[in-house]
Amino acid sequence: MAINLSINGVSHSVDIEPETPLLWVLRDAIGLTGTKYGCGISRCGACTVHVDGQATKSCQTAVSAVAGKKVTTIEGLSQDSSHPVQQAWREVGVPQCGYCQSGQIMSAAALLQKSPKPTDRQIDEAMAGNICRCGTYQRIKAGIRRASQISGA
Amino acid sequence: MTDVNLSRRALIQTSVGAAGGLLLGFHVPQAHAAKTESRPWTTPTKGVEVNAWLAIDPDGTVTIRVPHTEMGQGGMTSVALMIAEELDVEWSKVQAVFADANRHLRNNKEYVTMFTAGSQLVWRQHPHIMQAGASARERLKEAAAQAWGVPRAQVAAKQGVLTSGARRATYAEFASAAAAVKLAEEPAIKQAKDWWLLGKDVLRLDIPHKVNGSAQYAVDTRLPGMVYAAVKASPVPWGKLKSFNFEAIKNRPGIVGAFELRAVPGKRGQPDMQDAVAVVADSWFRAKTALDLLPVEWDFGESAKVDNAALSAHAKKMLGETGLMTKEEPKALEAIAASKKVVTAEYERPFEAHLRMEPINATVHVQDGRVDVWSPTQDQSVAIQLVANQVGVPEKDVFGHTMFLGGGFGGNGAGGTAVTRQAAELSKRLKRPVKVLWSREEDVAQDKQRPMSAARLSASLGANGLPEAISTRAVWFSLDKANQWGPATADYGIATMPYIIPLRHHERHNLDTHVPSSTHRAPGANQTGFMIESFVDELALAGGWNPLDWRIEMTKGKDDWQRVLKTLKEKSGYRTDLKKGEGMGVAAVECHGTIAAACATVTVSRRGQLTVEKIVVVADCGHVINPRGAVEQIEGAAIYELSHAWHGGLDMRGGRFVNTNFDSYNLLRIDQAPEVEAHFALTGGKKWGGMGEPAGPPVPPAVANAIFAATGKRIRSTPFRLHDLSWA
Ligand code: FES
Ligand code: FES
Repeated sequence: MAINLSINGVSHSVDIEPETPLLWVLRDAIGLTGTKYGCGISRCGACTVHVDGQATKSCQTAVSAVAGKKVTTIEGLSQDSSHPVQQAWREVGVPQCGYCQSGQIMSAAALLQKSPKPTDRQIDEAMAGNICRCGTYQRIKAGIRRASQISGA
Repeated sequence: MTDVNLSRRALIQTSVGAAGGLLLGFHVPQAHAAKTESRPWTTPTKGVEVNAWLAIDPDGTVTIRVPHTEMGQGGMTSVALMIAEELDVEWSKVQAVFADANRHLRNNKEYVTMFTAGSQLVWRQHPHIMQAGASARERLKEAAAQAWGVPRAQVAAKQGVLTSGARRATYAEFASAAAAVKLAEEPAIKQAKDWWLLGKDVLRLDIPHKVNGSAQYAVDTRLPGMVYAAVKASPVPWGKLKSFNFEAIKNRPGIVGAFELRAVPGKRGQPDMQDAVAVVADSWFRAKTALDLLPVEWDFGESAKVDNAALSAHAKKMLGETGLMTKEEPKALEAIAASKKVVTAEYERPFEAHLRMEPINATVHVQDGRVDVWSPTQDQSVAIQLVANQVGVPEKDVFGHTMFLGGGFGGNGAGGTAVTRQAAELSKRLKRPVKVLWSREEDVAQDKQRPMSAARLSASLGANGLPEAISTRAVWFSLDKANQWGPATADYGIATMPYIIPLRHHERHNLDTHVPSSTHRAPGANQTGFMIESFVDELALAGGWNPLDWRIEMTKGKDDWQRVLKTLKEKSGYRTDLKKGEGMGVAAVECHGTIAAACATVTVSRRGQLTVEKIVVVADCGHVINPRGAVEQIEGAAIYELSHAWHGGLDMRGGRFVNTNFDSYNLLRIDQAPEVEAHFALTGGKKWGGMGEPAGPPVPPAVANAIFAATGKRIRSTPFRLHDLSWA
């Protein structure tokens, strides 16, 4: 069954079992490998994308559930790495191994969309679903605050 | 049957996607920054190779070839910095690529080592890496000296320009001539006082690629005609695969086949395969789904009777029996037996997995006359050797591609795990590229674990409250009685503690288990640091001492320890008079040539809820070449170890680990992560130490000591989450 998808503003048609998680359609069928697999059970956040602007774990989202919706991945967050969160992440030097960071950045971008000046508690709540094994948490917090400043400037 | 429509379309779309990705690219306005690419193993160099480590383009770009892997520890940037320092070239003119591992082996270890572990890259490898830059610089000077008819001493090399009197040329102009120069004597490397680049804050080169999804990891490898494999090895290590029923899944979409993989009989070494079954399909999700539905029968043997409780009981029993004496001092035992004031305690820690964020994977393509491997390994040359051995081809025909690693932590050392052999074997049989990806559950269950360990510690106190004698006995579980990572690590930390106690006696038992083990960020110290540094806290308090002053007193005359501990005292504001429910704790551990001390501040609610407010770390690694990078490693290592100590603990039942994903084997998350503040107290001079690991081991005991200060509850095992911390 062909499923029509809109990913980063580009239309795709994939012929695949409808229950296939969006994560694997992105990575293996479409070749957008910036979105990562970490657990497959919605517990690490490495696979976070935006579906109609909402941070969504793509490993537990059936591809059929996003037909007709707007999916944005890390590759589509900006054309030139200029999203305030990306700028802030470079400035603060957030990533270590970087494997979790696509998910961290997508969660942070969705948070700032909703709450341009998030409180510490809002940051904790929005980001607690994203594990960073390298332990970059305090830079993630600093990065979110910096991105908030950049957006507000 | 194997090439369903999905994969054909996938390939077409990928090439578009990849090209698009590269076009999007990004030229981040990073002032005066060097750079690398998102696929830094394929970057072409137009330039002239001066030596194996660097090439110079006509426009002055210097391409530095990095033989080590980049797993977030900053290895790529560190190598580039050390060479640029010696070469004396503008940092903005530097680009880094990964060195060719095949060439390294072909040319008799041309890069000396590709091993990326043990916090050694700066600590141990800096002499030969800096030497490569210094040697290139002197060759450039010599080439100019010959052309200009002046002695080399009258040629200066600075920021990519050679000058002598009024003469001036760029490095690029003399690159070809320099490559042919033979120096009578190789130059010495610079002393720290002469550095112009090292010691300054530099943003890591890999960071821009890690904010837009373009950084390529081994798991991202996509090749024309590639198929995907999901594997399941015996969940009880070393069990035998009896049978599986392919009929049950063979008509599922995209299935290529199911294959058995066999352990090499009698070999239980680190990267060796276990009995396993692999399902291959045209997408990983299809392979994994089919594997989950595949009926498989195993024979687990005796190991199926082992669980955490049985191992723990065995450890306890062995703590009561005399072990191998690695530090024999009968007088210590006599003094303790005769003393009226003795403190004795037993500590224990469980198995822990590495949990690299990038689950274990490898892609191998076996063709006639050429094999390619994409592996998240901490030593590319070992991955090549493993694949050559598995496929049965000469090493010179195997080409390794160095990707970014989604974490390593010692678990990807020595070629990593069995996954590389699995991929090689499957590609050999299928004659096409195969990507093997372990599910997270497989990644945890089949990891080479950090060994479970335990210790009994006893000490007698003298009239001044300070210890006169100490006797310790450690137990370390590791495969094949500790041929793997046993002897050295079991004694580490406890037997090597710095405290000046007149009489010291130490024994160890290396106990056999069926669980494969391996190095794990700060081997030995990561388990025993908690035991010894909690125990000396007990000693200090029993003797009426302030625990930080005790450590300063007990390291008198050791300048580096004194500097670190006194700096910790000054920076942390450590105090012992906080109100109940609040506490501070300290600990200090040396590993990888570096001393690291930590002070933790915690609060514990009456109901026992722990909050770690802050951790201050002071380190002496001798020299720091990139303060920004060193601070990142302190922050990361502190959180890494706290994560295990608070939330970790593998649970073995029926011979297998049962908590194999983040729902049951959790990690520290942002809402519990304390602030980490890093300071340095550097010895300098001849002292160099590692920085990727040492900040971890003192953190769990510092937190446990702070919990004691807050609640009066002494924690003698991890994870903390299993302890009731409530108080009244
Ligand atoms: S891979 Fe989706 S949350 Fe972990
Ligand atoms: S940067 Fe490595 S897991 Fe987050």
